[in-house]
Amino acid sequence: MQSLHFSRKQLCIPYALFLLLFVIIPMLLILFYAFTETVDGTIRFSFANFIGFFTSTAKLSTLLMSFTVAIISTAACLLIAYPVAYILARSKFRRKNVLLMIFILPMWINFVLRITALRELLDLIGLLGSQNYLNTIIGMVYDFLPFMILPLYTTLEKLDESYLEAAADLGGSKFTVFTKVTFPLSLPGVISGVTMVFMPSMTNYVVSDTLSNFNITILGKLIDQYFTAYDNWHMGSMISIILLVIIFLTMLATGGFKDGDREARGANLW
Amino acid sequence: MAQLKKEEKIIEIVNVSKIFDETAAVQDMSFYVRKGEFITFLGPSGCGKTTTLRMIAGFDIPTSGKILLSGKDITNLPPNKRPVNTVFQRYALFPHYNIYDNIAFGLKLKKVPVTYRNDAGETYTKMQKLTRKEIDEKVRAALAVVDLEGFEKRSVSTLSGGQQQRVAIARAIVNEPEILLLDEPLGALDLKMRKEMQLELKEMHRKLGITFIYVTHDQEEALTMSDTIVVMKDGRIQQIGTPTSIYNEPANAFVADFIGESNIFSGTMVGKRSVRFCNHNFECVDDFEKNEKVDVVVRPEDVVMTAPEEGMLKGKVINVVFKGVHYEITAQVGRSEMVIQNTQSRSVGDVIGMNIAPDAIHIMKKEFAANIYDGYITKKNTVVFGDGEFDCDVTTLYPGSHLDEEGYLITAAGEKIDLTDTDVIVEVGLEDIEISDNADEGGARGHIVQLIYKGDHYQYIVRTEENEEDYVFDSPDLWNENDYVSVKIKPENIRLRLKQEVK
Repeated sequence: MQSLHFSRKQLCIPYALFLLLFVIIPMLLILFYAFTETVDGTIRFSFANFIGFFTSTAKLSTLLMSFTVAIISTAACLLIAYPVAYILARSKFRRKNVLLMIFILPMWINFVLRITALRELLDLIGLLGSQNYLNTIIGMVYDFLPFMILPLYTTLEKLDESYLEAAADLGGSKFTVFTKVTFPLSLPGVISGVTMVFMPSMTNYVVSDTLSNFNITILGKLIDQYFTAYDNWHMGSMISIILLVIIFLTMLATGGFKDGDREARGANLW
Repeated sequence: MAQLKKEEKIIEIVNVSKIFDETAAVQDMSFYVRKGEFITFLGPSGCGKTTTLRMIAGFDIPTSGKILLSGKDITNLPPNKRPVNTVFQRYALFPHYNIYDNIAFGLKLKKVPVTYRNDAGETYTKMQKLTRKEIDEKVRAALAVVDLEGFEKRSVSTLSGGQQQRVAIARAIVNEPEILLLDEPLGALDLKMRKEMQLELKEMHRKLGITFIYVTHDQEEALTMSDTIVVMKDGRIQQIGTPTSIYNEPANAFVADFIGESNIFSGTMVGKRSVRFCNHNFECVDDFEKNEKVDVVVRPEDVVMTAPEEGMLKGKVINVVFKGVHYEITAQVGRSEMVIQNTQSRSVGDVIGMNIAPDAIHIMKKEFAANIYDGYITKKNTVVFGDGEFDCDVTTLYPGSHLDEEGYLITAAGEKIDLTDTDVIVEVGLEDIEISDNADEGGARGHIVQLIYKGDHYQYIVRTEENEEDYVFDSPDLWNENDYVSVKIKPENIRLRLKQEVK
């Protein structure tokens, strides 16, 4: 049996292989393509894609469009999800997990089916074809709402009741307790929910294509076009890198990289 | 509370009950708190002390009953409208604020009446928030009270448990509440820190002059700090009194057991100011009906050790523990154990005599619900208790067990146990004893020493001759005093518990 003995380090090998094959190597390839160009069949180092992106009005307006779609979708998700998560988490109802499941259930239905159904629904009420921007937002909110509810629910559920009691005890009205204690202490959940909704909203072009009849172009769509339609892997990779940097900067700004325990207690807000 | 001239009630609890999911946490409780006193709710977990405190704070609303604050009904008032502040068990300091902002939280919300004079010379008052400077002064003063000057800018997570505790106190007292509620505030601190904080809290109470309502399960803490102690159990008040009166005159066996160390014996009154327990008749100062079953409390420090032949009781030392100031000596007296505290030690195995002065014997009315005996299991899997041997079902001691052919007990887990000489506690209900004229029919024999008519039945006491053990039972049939009878108990009515699991 000696030969079959695994050390803990050896147990990491499957994941390490996975990481190397599907994360590290592709990332290096993307980096390679982003900072090269193909001239007369030879590949050479170049900043042309980088400069090209930031000098093209079309590409910059796509970036802006992605931003506004993502910001509005995220804000709408937050406004809808917070009250739901709050009521669910603070309710004394004993089977609240069941209620939560009802909100999460749409996630279990096939994504394409959901969006197609939504498209039919929008067609039925006459929005399809006329309200491309609105439809895209509706689609994003519909699709990503559970990702906002879940982290909010988890944070609010874990929130120690005694903080709220202490705030009321010290003279806080229900409104004061919420604005001064409940909401600040739920910020880790808000941040986590925002991250989960904002990033895919910038790239999920299946939603925008299906619901806007290909009228709304977001960054994800642009990347797809460069790889498939224009066969320009260099620009496609560059846009991917730019998106990556944007996501990284957002994470940095919202404190998503800070140590988990402090985050859970809301201490990172200082 | 003789030092309090005015009997001003600040809080009055009137017939308050609180029911959570059909279980009553507090049952029909009534008492009052005097202005300025340090009152402690004491009891084991689940006794309703925290629920009572939470109802005073306003976090829980009573299911029925009223809570009055200085005569005004505040039963349904939300917590933010009550002039009370709470120090929480686990502090509940806001993690997103620094120490200063934690303490200033209540002050920033507070509005106070300010008097102005207008141009016409008329005065008028306006409710107004405190100024930044006033808040600043109050926070600094509160920090000084708890000895944490200079901690304003620190974050909560950098503070030790003891320091967080002090901040929690400062955050409450800075609002100058009429009543400060403290929910087991020292529970998370180590022993030495706890002792220090006890004295500091007591000192703080003296300086601030406000009413303190304190919740604890630590009887020593309650005795050290309180003016008044409310002992609770199962949602009901057991006793209210000063620490001295509760220690010296416990109202029942529960209080005696919970407060301080005590020997509690089941006894019987055998005459005027004479009680029998441990097979000896003692003189005492409390007077009860003759033949009444009573609980007898003897504090360990009141047992005097003598030479074996000079003592009222004789026993063998079975355990000696050094406790610092004194030794704690446990002696086996017959089938009972007597705990003795003395500055002199004895060795295990020594035979000693014991004397108890009449005023050291405290007798309490027994709430008689069942016969309870110390017993042991025999080789034949019968049980010996009182003064007889009875058939019983020993498998009830271990759920899911059964007996094998040789009479060994096989537990649910398949373990084989020899029960011979296992000490058990035997409980027999008042309804479950029958008597018979035939002396050989039952497990024990004795004379009927007492019968009391109780409306629809008689309550009898059968006392055995050998050790004067009593069997108490209810029966609708009429027997005569001094009848010689045997006691019959069906095996299924003998409830057994393992002794070592009891404590």
